[in-house]
Amino acid sequence: MKPNLPLAGIAIAIVTLAAQAETPPPYPTVTDARLASPEPANWLMYRGNYGGWGYSPLKGINDKNVGKLKLAWSYATGASEGHQAPPIVNGRYMYVATPGSQVIAFDAKSGNEIWRYKPQLPAEQLQLHPTNRGVALYGDKLYLATVDCKLVALDPKVGKVLWTTKVCEWKDGYYMTLAPLAAKGKIMVGPSGGETGVRGFVAAFDAETGKEAWRTYTVPGPGEPGNDTWPEGDGYKSGGGSIWITGSYDPQTGLAFWGTGNPAPWPADQRKGDNLYTSSMIALDVETGKIKGHHQYQHNDAWDWDEVSAPLLIDTTFKGKPIKAAVHAGRSGYLWVLERTADKVNYVEAWPYVNNNVVTGVDPKTGRLSYDAGKTPGTGKGAAFCPGLWGGKDWPPEAYNPNTGMLYIPANNNMCGLLPAGEKVKYKPGDLFIGYPLEGVLGSVRVPNPDQTVGELQAWDMKTGKLAWAHKFKTFLWAPLLTTAGNLVFAGGTNDRLFRAYDATNGKILWEYPTPSGVVGVPTSFEADGEQYIAVQAGWGVDAERLQGAFNAILPERKVVNPQGGSVMVFKVSSK
Amino acid sequence: MKDLVIHSIDAPRHGPIDAPACACCAQDPLRRQTLKAMAGAALAVGVGVPPARAEGDGPQAGDWLVNVDDEAKKPLTSADIKLEDKPVIAYPYDPAAKALRDGSRLNRIVLVKLDPGSLDAATAPRAAEGVVAYSAFCTHQGCDVNSWVAADKTLLCFCHFSKFAPQQEAAVTAGPAPRSLPALPIKLDGGKLVVAGGFSAPPGKAA
Repeated sequence: MKPNLPLAGIAIAIVTLAAQAETPPPYPTVTDARLASPEPANWLMYRGNYGGWGYSPLKGINDKNVGKLKLAWSYATGASEGHQAPPIVNGRYMYVATPGSQVIAFDAKSGNEIWRYKPQLPAEQLQLHPTNRGVALYGDKLYLATVDCKLVALDPKVGKVLWTTKVCEWKDGYYMTLAPLAAKGKIMVGPSGGETGVRGFVAAFDAETGKEAWRTYTVPGPGEPGNDTWPEGDGYKSGGGSIWITGSYDPQTGLAFWGTGNPAPWPADQRKGDNLYTSSMIALDVETGKIKGHHQYQHNDAWDWDEVSAPLLIDTTFKGKPIKAAVHAGRSGYLWVLERTADKVNYVEAWPYVNNNVVTGVDPKTGRLSYDAGKTPGTGKGAAFCPGLWGGKDWPPEAYNPNTGMLYIPANNNMCGLLPAGEKVKYKPGDLFIGYPLEGVLGSVRVPNPDQTVGELQAWDMKTGKLAWAHKFKTFLWAPLLTTAGNLVFAGGTNDRLFRAYDATNGKILWEYPTPSGVVGVPTSFEADGEQYIAVQAGWGVDAERLQGAFNAILPERKVVNPQGGSVMVFKVSSK
Repeated sequence: MKDLVIHSIDAPRHGPIDAPACACCAQDPLRRQTLKAMAGAALAVGVGVPPARAEGDGPQAGDWLVNVDDEAKKPLTSADIKLEDKPVIAYPYDPAAKALRDGSRLNRIVLVKLDPGSLDAATAPRAAEGVVAYSAFCTHQGCDVNSWVAADKTLLCFCHFSKFAPQQEAAVTAGPAPRSLPALPIKLDGGKLVVAGGFSAPPGKAA
């Protein structure tokens, strides 16, 4: 009689599984001290550190060996749309959020799935930006902000729901896409909805219980400082100032720095005044939620220039003067250097990093911009302007490398806009609240000279304020950045599905890999068993796809259709 | 360090959620505990999920149509819909109950008037004096399909560029929408636009 080999094989597999099951890896508790000074081996938050740098101190993968970078594992998420979240790593656990507010937990080294959280979302919710930008870790919990406005705490080892807190009302056009910010026992989030007339806020919840600690509106109501910048009626109630990118945080002063979205509706003449604190940076005391300082990048914004990206907190010597800087590459195409103190934000300097034809001057003391009225659209008045609605840089985060001293910006240059005459618009909860004909918004992109390059990966020396290098692309660039101590910058964001490594010193492409879709995800790096890995999600969608549609419309001869579908991709340098 | 334990999400399908799915699981308290925890997670997720919409919540034969922005809820007539002009978004109105059928966004209907000669064989019988009605809920991500592109006479969804041909059963002609918009047959009753039957397919977005 022949031995039954297949059965024997199954038996062995079962035993192996049982043996593995007895040794679950420990989950290292995430403390304030760890978050303030994260170990190089882990990637504990959205940008890797509180300063928002997108920097890994690991150098196992470097400019000498990155050419040998190979796929270690990949995993199909089963979701479509824009996969923007960074793979977050703590010990052997990796957490990836996907569109549809899902979280998948992996063994970071093998890619084996440990658990998956898949909420049921309301069938009738509209999703203008179907994405999620990641989870936060704090203590022994994992936090997710869902598209239907819930803050959910999960057990990071098994995926069990520990508590759920309602943050806002999705039926009124509020939704959440950001990775929460965790600090000092609080979990902070805010709502998207700049196109549905939300009143933006940052709200903090007790990390242990989910109970709301404070809520600070980005658009002040009657009696609050700044309300006089909304002189007309109840406009503040639907004034925008959405919050959809994680804030940065300075543990020394206890201040969190958030970027705020555009005011609503878009035609500036329908909401007179400066419209604080829209298109601004606000510094919030994490204990109380009090606004300790702010800088408004654009008063009375007319161009949908959201300034939601949080500033990078960089302590440097800028033009010979040591400062604690807050640096922001604005949607306006201006690069801002601000100074942060314990109770104030001071303007230092701002200059255009891409072509801007709207700004006619910058007040040298306050940083207040002057605008060209001819480049300012409004009710009954169309206008052309540069940069366009998607800005010099949209939400994809910059990165700062302390070794090169350079700030890297995923920029788009000479990508302009043309808005038709605006229309008077009435706020209705849950409906779009824009004020321009929608087909005009979609068809607004203009590239004045199609032979000019558009996308630019730029490197700015943060000691001199000078451009060190720029790698230019024929297409637009939608690339969240990672930089490493291995003298590298990692970025996707082009419409050719490639994920690349650049030399951080000179911008030369050192490696590239064709992913199954395009990469609009935030890349991260971690170490397991002494080996460095690079992790990123592929999964084209949301605004990169929308922008591609706009380019396809104006340049049909260069039409590109990127496939959809998410993959988690993890790379390492093969030792063989 | 050994690899992490693998917990298949499918395991509970083999039996009660906290029962061992195989012999090895019975000897693996950690795995059992995890499956229990996952069951808890599934239950917790289930809480707060709205009940499925009942058939009667949607437009019914005999319903009037009223503009979503009309607080007076005046029934729309064929004359209210202009030829090849900006579409009108409407809700179904139950004339017997004198109330909107259901204010859910899944009940939003887009109305556009076309040249009756341009309608295909499936669309023409559902139209009234060239006015065609479809679910306004985009089959992609649920945004309102409420823009009109005069150049190619299509309906456009603002959110992600999907286009639909209202002359041809709202077939998708561009963009990420996976299927056409459900059609709603309408007829005229003394000039008033009246629903003649239910949606041709359930409105909603892709799974």
